[in-house]
Amino acid sequence: MKPLIRISSRAVPLMRENIDTDAIIPSREMRSVSKSGLADGLFAGWRYLDQKSREPDPDFVLNQRRYSGAKILVSGNNFGCGSSREHAVWALAEYGFRAIIAPSFAPIFRGNCIQNGIAPVVLDAEDVRDLAIQAEAGREFALDMNLMTVTVGGRVYAFSIEDEARTMLMEALDLIELTRKSIRVIEAFRAEQKRRRPWLYV
Amino acid sequence: MIQSPDQTGPRTLAQKIWDEHVVVPVNEESELLAIDRLLLHERTGGVALKSLREKGRDVMAPSMVFATMDHIVDTFPNRTDDTLMPTGKAFLQTLRDEAVRSGITLFDLDDPRQGIVHVVSPEQGIVMPGATLVCPDSHTCTQGAFGALAWGIGSTEAEHVLATATLRVKRPQNMRITIDGTLSNGVTAKDIALYIIRKLGAAGAKGHIIEFSGDTVRALDMEARMTLCNMATELSAFTAIIAPDHKVLTYLKGRPFAPDGALWEQASAYWLTLKSDDDAVFDASYQLQASEINPMVSWGNSPQHAIAIGEKVPEFETLDLGDGRATYDRALEYMGLEATSDLGQLPIDGAFIGSCTNSRISDLRRAAAILKGRTVAPGVRAICVPGSTQVKLEAEAEGLDKVFRDAGFEWRESGCSMCFFAGGESFGPGERVISSTNRNFESRQGFKTRTHIASPETVAASAIAGRIVSSVGLENGA
Repeated sequence: MKPLIRISSRAVPLMRENIDTDAIIPSREMRSVSKSGLADGLFAGWRYLDQKSREPDPDFVLNQRRYSGAKILVSGNNFGCGSSREHAVWALAEYGFRAIIAPSFAPIFRGNCIQNGIAPVVLDAEDVRDLAIQAEAGREFALDMNLMTVTVGGRVYAFSIEDEARTMLMEALDLIELTRKSIRVIEAFRAEQKRRRPWLYV
Repeated sequence: MIQSPDQTGPRTLAQKIWDEHVVVPVNEESELLAIDRLLLHERTGGVALKSLREKGRDVMAPSMVFATMDHIVDTFPNRTDDTLMPTGKAFLQTLRDEAVRSGITLFDLDDPRQGIVHVVSPEQGIVMPGATLVCPDSHTCTQGAFGALAWGIGSTEAEHVLATATLRVKRPQNMRITIDGTLSNGVTAKDIALYIIRKLGAAGAKGHIIEFSGDTVRALDMEARMTLCNMATELSAFTAIIAPDHKVLTYLKGRPFAPDGALWEQASAYWLTLKSDDDAVFDASYQLQASEINPMVSWGNSPQHAIAIGEKVPEFETLDLGDGRATYDRALEYMGLEATSDLGQLPIDGAFIGSCTNSRISDLRRAAAILKGRTVAPGVRAICVPGSTQVKLEAEAEGLDKVFRDAGFEWRESGCSMCFFAGGESFGPGERVISSTNRNFESRQGFKTRTHIASPETVAASAIAGRIVSSVGLENGA
């Protein structure tokens, strides 16, 4: 996982509401016991005209050359709803996305983004619509995690994200290592809990 | 700042369980929360355990971790590790190997305790009131029916729990949905859930813990409560919870992993104290009357696209769900419908009873009561997949398998099966399927398959009629 501080790139507008994780990575595309090898299956149901031959659907945004190499996705409300499969985020990250801009995210998906170096950027619906038009026009987006802004064509869109998520993204932190520093406190808590609620330990 | 920890003020049930589990605040927003139970399955469990091991980390408390085979496993009779999906076998074998190495409990393919994770956890007494329970599966909210704080997580978070028996989490907001009154004949917990999702929208409870209350909810049996809580994730909720009562105790008593003897007395006395304070503050509240609710069915590609059976497909202008016109048009096109289409006039190709939403013994009994002495309409492929091996055996002991088979249903081994065709089995493109599952997403049950979600009663009645009809409608010859 690479730290995410500033990125600039074009953005892909995919303006549909309630895009679910089955659409992001269909079950049939999760073929191996692994966190990689998933980029090819990203949005497979929409991206390919034929699921076997993988003939690209020229109408689908990801297949349009002007968006190649884009690191930012702009989408509709409740992005990432449905199944908790982290494969959806692994597929987006492997494809090259580092940020998703939407009016809201489903909670598990949002958490998965932060664990995998993708910034879930929440802006209000009007701003997101505006940004989709800018993305459509092929404008360059600049995302700054320090300032918590997205800048496009001179206009600055400010967003907020909680400190811990921001730090995790900016420093590519391994949370397990961080938590393990509190292992004594955890052990003490568990010993006390075992005394008070022993049935949890049967 | 973190809300609440004023533990003397009025609190919701969820806040009380949360406060009980705070190991230490980690910063101004998040807390390190102790996790009492972690459940895993073969789709994400193997990869989480393997990834942890490869980083040289041990499972901190293996006795609190339980795994089952449900997501990818084949559901045909005489199954083996092979699945229709060519690489499915590796998921099963990896979980099996990693379970042995790490010392966690696995309900393997040939284990009578095997089944869908949210069916077997209650069956085995793994979930209990007041506990924190997580699983890398969005429908973990199902288990909130027991008064546990149970929620779905990602794989990386599952690794965090394996390594530390904790999670770093931000305190969610609280919502109360109160339902009072008596449900009409043929109206079930599934219909309540679809009614609420239609009313609030698919992001209507975004990030909240929903507490379901009211006398309608109290009157539901445990399996119906599980169905209601199961669908909370379709509102983008953090989870759902119902205050534990004597029904929870009756259900859990004597289950293999539930406490017994003096410990049971101690635990159950504590469990019955768990409820929201009368003056607890909820961030949002809704009140519904049971009499408003009719048998429901979905028409589009989101669970919020639901209507009462008999209602016409709504016109865009009458919807207030925040969807754009393009999303609405796309849903109609995908489903082969038009505004004001009458779903009841369209022939169906498939009927599916199964999933963590509606595959428990009471679901199968109610469906079988409708199927008894009747036959599935010609051209309809009908499948029943019991939620667990226990449910299957119980159903067979009651002769329900014979009722399903005689009516023309396939009778399967337990698993998640065609709820999302993870094992590679699916319905066909363009096929219209009535399903007791939870998601009518595009291509969820098969590439371009058109899924309509409803109660198991509606699925059974529709399988007989060959078109979408409620159980009451079937009886009345509608």
